[in-house]
Amino acid sequence: MKIRSLALAASLAAIGMTSAVTSTAAFAQAKEQFFPVLVYRTGAYAANGNPWANGYLDYLKLVNAQGGVNGVKLSFEECEFGYATDRGVECYERLKGKGATVFQPLSTGVTFALTDKAPADKIPLITAGYGLSASQDGSVFTWNYPLLGTYWVAADVAIQHVAKQAGGFDKLKGKKIAHVYHDSPFGKEPIPMLQELSKKHGFELLLLPVAHPGVEQKATWLQIRQARPDNVLLWGWGVMNSTAIKEAQATGYPREKMLGVWWAGAEPDVKDVAAGAKGYQALAMQHSAEPDAKVVKDVLAQLHAKGQGTGPKEEVGQVLYMRGLISSMLGVEGVRKAQERFGKGKVMTGEQVRWGLENLNLDQKTLDAMGFAGVMRPIQTSCTDHMGASYTRVHTWDGSKWVPGTEWYQADDKLLRGMVLSASRKHAEEKKITPRTPEQCKL
Amino acid sequence: MIYRENGQFKTTYGADQQIFPIAQDRYLVLAIIAFAFIGVPMLADEYFFRAILIPFLILSLAALGVNLLVGYCGQITLGAGAFMAIGAYAAYNFLIRVDGMPLLFALILGGLTAAAMGILFGIPSLRVRGLYLAVATLAAQFFWDWAFLRVKWFTNDSPSGSVSVSTLDFFGWVVDSPTEKYLFCLGMLVVFALLAKNLTRASIGRQWMAIRDMDVAAEVIGIRPMWAKLSAFAVSSFFVGVAGAMWGFVHLGSWEPAAFSVDRSFQLLFMVIIGGLGSIAGSFFGAAFIVILPIFLNQLLPALGGLVGVTISTTAVSHAELIIFGSLIVFFLIVEPHGLARLWATSKEKLRLWPFPH
Repeated sequence: MKIRSLALAASLAAIGMTSAVTSTAAFAQAKEQFFPVLVYRTGAYAANGNPWANGYLDYLKLVNAQGGVNGVKLSFEECEFGYATDRGVECYERLKGKGATVFQPLSTGVTFALTDKAPADKIPLITAGYGLSASQDGSVFTWNYPLLGTYWVAADVAIQHVAKQAGGFDKLKGKKIAHVYHDSPFGKEPIPMLQELSKKHGFELLLLPVAHPGVEQKATWLQIRQARPDNVLLWGWGVMNSTAIKEAQATGYPREKMLGVWWAGAEPDVKDVAAGAKGYQALAMQHSAEPDAKVVKDVLAQLHAKGQGTGPKEEVGQVLYMRGLISSMLGVEGVRKAQERFGKGKVMTGEQVRWGLENLNLDQKTLDAMGFAGVMRPIQTSCTDHMGASYTRVHTWDGSKWVPGTEWYQADDKLLRGMVLSASRKHAEEKKITPRTPEQCKL
Repeated sequence: MIYRENGQFKTTYGADQQIFPIAQDRYLVLAIIAFAFIGVPMLADEYFFRAILIPFLILSLAALGVNLLVGYCGQITLGAGAFMAIGAYAAYNFLIRVDGMPLLFALILGGLTAAAMGILFGIPSLRVRGLYLAVATLAAQFFWDWAFLRVKWFTNDSPSGSVSVSTLDFFGWVVDSPTEKYLFCLGMLVVFALLAKNLTRASIGRQWMAIRDMDVAAEVIGIRPMWAKLSAFAVSSFFVGVAGAMWGFVHLGSWEPAAFSVDRSFQLLFMVIIGGLGSIAGSFFGAAFIVILPIFLNQLLPALGGLVGVTISTTAVSHAELIIFGSLIVFFLIVEPHGLARLWATSKEKLRLWPFPH
């Protein structure tokens, strides 16, 4: 028995060894731009990770179906990391070896771990709507691209929206706003901005952390019932969001007074509660659910109609699906921009893609032509601004679907800029990075 | 045939008491160490270093520490993750708050801080034992999880609660390439493994084992339980703390308390149980099993699917990975409850008799 099991173990180890060796040795083909796809289709955050990943893949497939980027086809590979930081780093190393030129980890923890590795590996990171807020300052964070928004933008816009509902910033004085957040860097990131705003506008800020993964929130909502805040900001992800809404329902906290961050405003968060979540609002990072967008119709016609789509058909056009699709589009456009400078129809390196992302300029006409009319507003990045745009809407759950609001918010640039600069300077000092000068930026 | 000690006569006490009395063992281990130092850097690529070998080495060190406490002294702990975190955060604070602090001293000081905390949280072991102690050590886990999330001083007021370390300067040697990091971890591990092996062979290790086997009897023959138990907690936490500091500094580079969550504590405990309680080699087997096997399975399944022309979805792969991994744990625990180290020992035993088993 023992000998047999030993032999079994040995042969298993041998197979594993060879497979690992062969898979790392298999590099991507020369004529294809390789896109690594870090996903979490399992684990506590799978419900939200799945649509994102499907949208991400579908856009890459769509680009291929339409002939690639100036003829360069896109290849891709998924790596499942289950939202665990160490497995995410393993995935990064695995896919890096296959010629990856841009990473989108969709996890604040993994983003932090990769922020130190990316400059050495010369691979840009796109963190559309998450990651380190200070990384907007591209002169220090050369390789980070928090495109479309950061948590500081989200915090600022959230307070703007609350003020608007209350009837002006002066009405905020003396109000109580509770920040119910996922107790991780993801949830803590907006706190400095919220504190700054609370000082400026004179509202009281209650900080209520919720431990990972967020299924246990009884104590938090008891505090809310006692303190009776005027508004609740929900900074959750995955199962934490639906739990929070259920708890709000149970404690009788009005859903209309709750405002979620853009990671707490998608179908999986509310569909369990459906009618109970009616009136719940969340920030929409540019897009909401977009079933009528042209790009969505293209995906349905060119992929799903032929059975080549990823995931269920019903998901196409949902909020997180669109987030994945737009994230993917930003990566592809980075490559396209890079090709304009470094040669059309060529496969770009990580450094070239980085240049492309830094000089990204998608005006409304281009976006409309790509099928993003009504979905997105223009985005233009630069060396000092790696975010590109801070347009945000607020959408409301009407009991069966997300209804986008009509008004576009933008972050208070003066306030944001000051905070980003002081944080990025501090980072540069700690890490002994010399910020790039305008001349170096042109390279 | 090959593995036979005929003709190896021991003429001195020194020869009799060396770590590997059988020449073949000695040469094998020396060959493995030499291969690890010389051969591996030439063969392995960056992925192997950064994703497999470095985590394996660091967690082996942590498992070694846990094994000293659980395997040798019989004190079950579920707080290993917390001591890793203490090591990491203490080393981080020493490094940034003291000007010109060398990397090695920061790591050692991190380990010493963890050792001090280990003694503190080991005090309940004087009154409670077994599963009750495991629950008591959970307190350390939750307390430090809380402290590193809440007390801003520990994280140098970083707004997100995540800290990071820039350059690793080991007395002028800047450890930055994957190969250098690997060699650094390997060097540390070899030193610590030798230390652990000798500790367990010395009087202190024998005291631990006496306490483990029967603490009343040990007390009767003159072993002080307080000294033995607390020293085990201190030494174990020191090892675990240094491993934690290396996990943060060398492997992750920047980390948040979630890197040392209760899952990590369970992982370390499972490593020593599967690898073999009370065995130095067992710590390595256990770490390899827990760290490397899931990653291999994750890559093996799509490769196997590719061979027969089936594309397996990522979801299916990761579910299958968990199923197979779980069943392998059950399988090994049924076949050999004393861990992989015992499996290795029995196979050596058989090799000695081969080809004429009696």
